[in-house]
Amino acid sequence: MNIHAIRVIYKYEMKRAFNTIGQSFASPILSTVLYFVVFGSAIGSRIDNIHGISYGYFIVPGLMMLAILTQSLSNASFGIFFPRFTGQIFEILSAPVTTFEIVVGYVGAAATKSLIIGLLILITANFFVEIHIAHPLWMVLFLLLTCMSFSLLGFIIGLWAKDFEKLQIVPLLVITPLVFLGGTFYSIDMLPPAWQTVSWFNPVVYLVSGFRWSFFEVSDVNIWLSLMMISVFMLICLSIAWWMIRTGYRLKQ
Amino acid sequence: MQSIVTISNLSKTYEGGFQALKNVSLDIQQGEILALLGPNGAGKTTLISIICGIVNATSGSVMVDGYDNTQDYLITRECIGLVPQELTLGAFEKIWDSMCFSRGLFGKKHDSAYIEKILKDLSLWDKKDAIIMSLSGGMKRRLLIAKALVHEPKILFLDEPTAGVDVELRKDMWVLVERLRESGVTIILTTHYIEEAEAIADRVGVINNGELLLVDEKDALMHKLGKRQLVIELDRPFESTKRFDNYNLELSEDGFAITYTYDPLKDNNGIDGLIKSVQETGLKIIDMHSIKTSLEEIFVNLVKGENSQ
Repeated sequence: MNIHAIRVIYKYEMKRAFNTIGQSFASPILSTVLYFVVFGSAIGSRIDNIHGISYGYFIVPGLMMLAILTQSLSNASFGIFFPRFTGQIFEILSAPVTTFEIVVGYVGAAATKSLIIGLLILITANFFVEIHIAHPLWMVLFLLLTCMSFSLLGFIIGLWAKDFEKLQIVPLLVITPLVFLGGTFYSIDMLPPAWQTVSWFNPVVYLVSGFRWSFFEVSDVNIWLSLMMISVFMLICLSIAWWMIRTGYRLKQ
Repeated sequence: MQSIVTISNLSKTYEGGFQALKNVSLDIQQGEILALLGPNGAGKTTLISIICGIVNATSGSVMVDGYDNTQDYLITRECIGLVPQELTLGAFEKIWDSMCFSRGLFGKKHDSAYIEKILKDLSLWDKKDAIIMSLSGGMKRRLLIAKALVHEPKILFLDEPTAGVDVELRKDMWVLVERLRESGVTIILTTHYIEEAEAIADRVGVINNGELLLVDEKDALMHKLGKRQLVIELDRPFESTKRFDNYNLELSEDGFAITYTYDPLKDNNGIDGLIKSVQETGLKIIDMHSIKTSLEEIFVNLVKGENSQ
């Protein structure tokens, strides 16, 4: 295995994040703080407890997921799209690197950045509410699976997009609505029955629910179903990313 | 000499239907400098890109150092360095970091001393901490060459390496290419500057409309397809008579010079007889010089001939 190649791709991508620390880390944390202030403190104080949990605390896993999903997508998609856009991708294509090594380098870096953001948000949330995690290992597992699977999805978008508009269109028009309608700020059983039925088709519901369970032992969906859904989603993304690199889809003419 | 790259019946048709390469076969010898000449859109870059793995071939095969470049791509790519035509470099990276990235990408362990040597060879050492976007076009071109060499390739592809660079840098690059060849690196370069091919290539290939028209030793090519001309300048205007009919002379506008085209390979090339005949007419020869057909003229004639077919 070309460990040196994985290392330099990973290092390059991580360095890019630390060179733009404000955009990469400060901005998502600030957004989350604002969510806490507005939804947790201002509005949350007027909302009843959900499943016996204060609203401010209830939204912590959802807010972490919101930041992780959006950051995984944007980091991974930009990471591979930019060298395609500038033509620098020739270096990767002409190097002795396998599909696996390319994916590990780019997706691994994007997932690491998201993981750091997720943990920073958890630390930030601790200033607003007292955090108690019921199942820390499950939390870490869900966090890792989510970071990796959505970074894979971002990587796919970065390979697929032909221009900057397309790079933004999937996260903005598809992923953001799915995240907001995925139970980030509420429990699915708070929705009218028809919308509850629609929600079961939203993959983000399973993520947020499973992640929330690791905090409070309260979930909308069975934990094993959540785990299965995120694993299946990750395998699908992995297969598509592998196929794209292997065939040179939108990389090689 | 042993072949290091063997291209067999290589064809490429792009999605839009444009056929960039038509059944190209070529052997590249180990340690040589091969110049690929051709007009824009001839297929030079496509050929290089297929060998390096950037473009997929429609049909045909490429063997590099005995390995198939699609099945054994991990082995073949290790041997190859590529300097692309475009200045495709990161904007905000430092030169040093960019070099380390390239070396690592090719599976080589970090080696500060080697990177330093390459940067010094290409007069980039003073700029090692400079951000790439602050470099001039010529410096960026040097950096691309440095990046292509940093993993110690056996074969180096230079796609228009001196396009847009000044004469001094171009000459520097020729020296570098010669030095690389001496160290055993096989070099394949595409160029628009035919003087470049004439100055440094061992063999020359001409591509037009996706077809390889010919590949030959540069000197043999110039010998076979080139011609020699003798220009004789006179003290008075020349007036042709029957005795000069066999020489097929060209007369200058003012009539004071005649040009005789001859075959230098022939024992009896007619020069002696022509000079005698001129002197017998009472004309005084003021000056004489011979002109050798340049590679550029050979190239233009070849491409023109191909296009008119």
